[in-house]
Amino acid sequence: MNAQPVAIFRPDFPAHRAPLKASASKGYPTAGISDLELLKRGTHRLGLGESRSYGWLLGPLLLIIYWSIGSATGFIDSRILPAPWVAVTTGAELIEEGRLQSNLAISALRAGQGLFFGVLAGVSVALLSGLSLVGGYIFDSLIQIKRAVPSLALIPFFILWFGIGEFMKVTVITLGVFIPIYIHTHNALRGIDIKYVELAETVRISYWQFIRHIVLPGALPGFLLGLRFGAMGAWVGLVVVEQFNTTNGIGYMINLARNYAQSDVMLVGLVLYAVLGLASDRFIRFLETRTLVWRRTLAK
Amino acid sequence: MSGRESDRIVVRVRNLERRFTVKGVLQGVDLDIRKGEFVALLGRSGSGKSTLLRALADLDHEAIGSGKIHVPEKLSVVFQDARLLPWKRLIDNVIFGLDRPNARELASRALADVGLAGRERSWPYELSGGEQQRVALARSLVREPELLLADEPFGALDALTRIKMHELVKRLVAVHNPAVLLVTHDVDEAIVLADRVIVLDQGVIVADIATLLPEDPRLRIQRSSELRRLLLGHLGVETDEVAEAL
Repeated sequence: MNAQPVAIFRPDFPAHRAPLKASASKGYPTAGISDLELLKRGTHRLGLGESRSYGWLLGPLLLIIYWSIGSATGFIDSRILPAPWVAVTTGAELIEEGRLQSNLAISALRAGQGLFFGVLAGVSVALLSGLSLVGGYIFDSLIQIKRAVPSLALIPFFILWFGIGEFMKVTVITLGVFIPIYIHTHNALRGIDIKYVELAETVRISYWQFIRHIVLPGALPGFLLGLRFGAMGAWVGLVVVEQFNTTNGIGYMINLARNYAQSDVMLVGLVLYAVLGLASDRFIRFLETRTLVWRRTLAK
Repeated sequence: MSGRESDRIVVRVRNLERRFTVKGVLQGVDLDIRKGEFVALLGRSGSGKSTLLRALADLDHEAIGSGKIHVPEKLSVVFQDARLLPWKRLIDNVIFGLDRPNARELASRALADVGLAGRERSWPYELSGGEQQRVALARSLVREPELLLADEPFGALDALTRIKMHELVKRLVAVHNPAVLLVTHDVDEAIVLADRVIVLDQGVIVADIATLLPEDPRLRIQRSSELRRLLLGHLGVETDEVAEAL
């Protein structure tokens, strides 16, 4: 709708507690409106109100402030946790040496490949398993079995089967991404309202159109939630797979630093994980707000 | 259109029975609807009226039953809820499943016909209940159905909106001329809209009455109140109460 902007009387929230006479003098039509009614204006009583663009930085910022003050005052012992500026200076040194970039590049490649194949497999199997009973009978329990077996316990077998090269590493990450994508997409598929299926039947669309117009958009919110888990899983998986037969990657960098007790390098690795994880999560949530504009939710 | 063409039967139901587990819902229903005929199907809750409509719409997969159903290939359904796909804009909801080269143009015109011109790009959540139901009507009629099945389409709307919808439906049905089966529990709605009113009770058709309202306003009111009393009687409402209400 292309409505013309109209002036809406909407006092600030919370409404200022000034006496009614004062606000009336500003031209607000407040006669007969009690203070309590004024307070109700401007937002849903049970809603969240307007969101702020960079609000998500508040928590990390508070953590950094706490950490900085703790380190500066000696409340946090530097042998237990180095100060935040140590991470910055060590990080700068690592960048100068070129170690950070090269390790990050190779790790990002591994994580990216794992994410790509994991999403592809997760969505495909979720469709097979979600849209057909036989598919569900075959795949669903197998995937629950895979979930129950810890990845760390599987890795020795993976090494036996796939060797110790890149293939094994990407496979482990792929599986870590695959699981949440599958679970959430499958759950969303099976949860699609039967009303929409009935509608699709009455307009006599083909099966492929049904998938395209009902199933995929209906399952999109679930898929995106799965993607948030999956992207995080890809980064976390690095630290596991980069313990094996490798001389590069941020997981390797952290493991090496642990062996030499270089807590500052380990810290750089952890901070890097934090930044990468938070950034990818924000990116997917940005995609959510862009693709799910048709939703009206509490957080709107 | 020749008189014979308008007598053509588009819906034929013979000895239709439907059961859900044990309780009988439809017990030997016979029904013919002619081309362009507007039939209202009245009944109390649980009388089987929705079951009959769902059988005609081929949506009753869970029911056991027997009997013959013939319905036209071009059939549209309007549900009690507007049932718009929340992830599609209005125009895309209207053309959903419509396989025509000029579908968007037709859909724009259909939206204009229901008083929603220029709202093509709106999302369903931006609309009121009545507006959503109008989009559902546009979605049904843009397909030029031979039979329109409507399952209490105005049941969730407020009284004022409902009156407006009645006028709209009358106008649109006059233009598109589909046969209509309107399921309702509102006697007045049935009288105002339909050419013929069928009353279903416990799975059996107990009355089949042509409404034939005269042009003369006074005779029209008289005929309406007669019909009202008659139909309410079939629905088990005491006529004395009705007389008092009038």
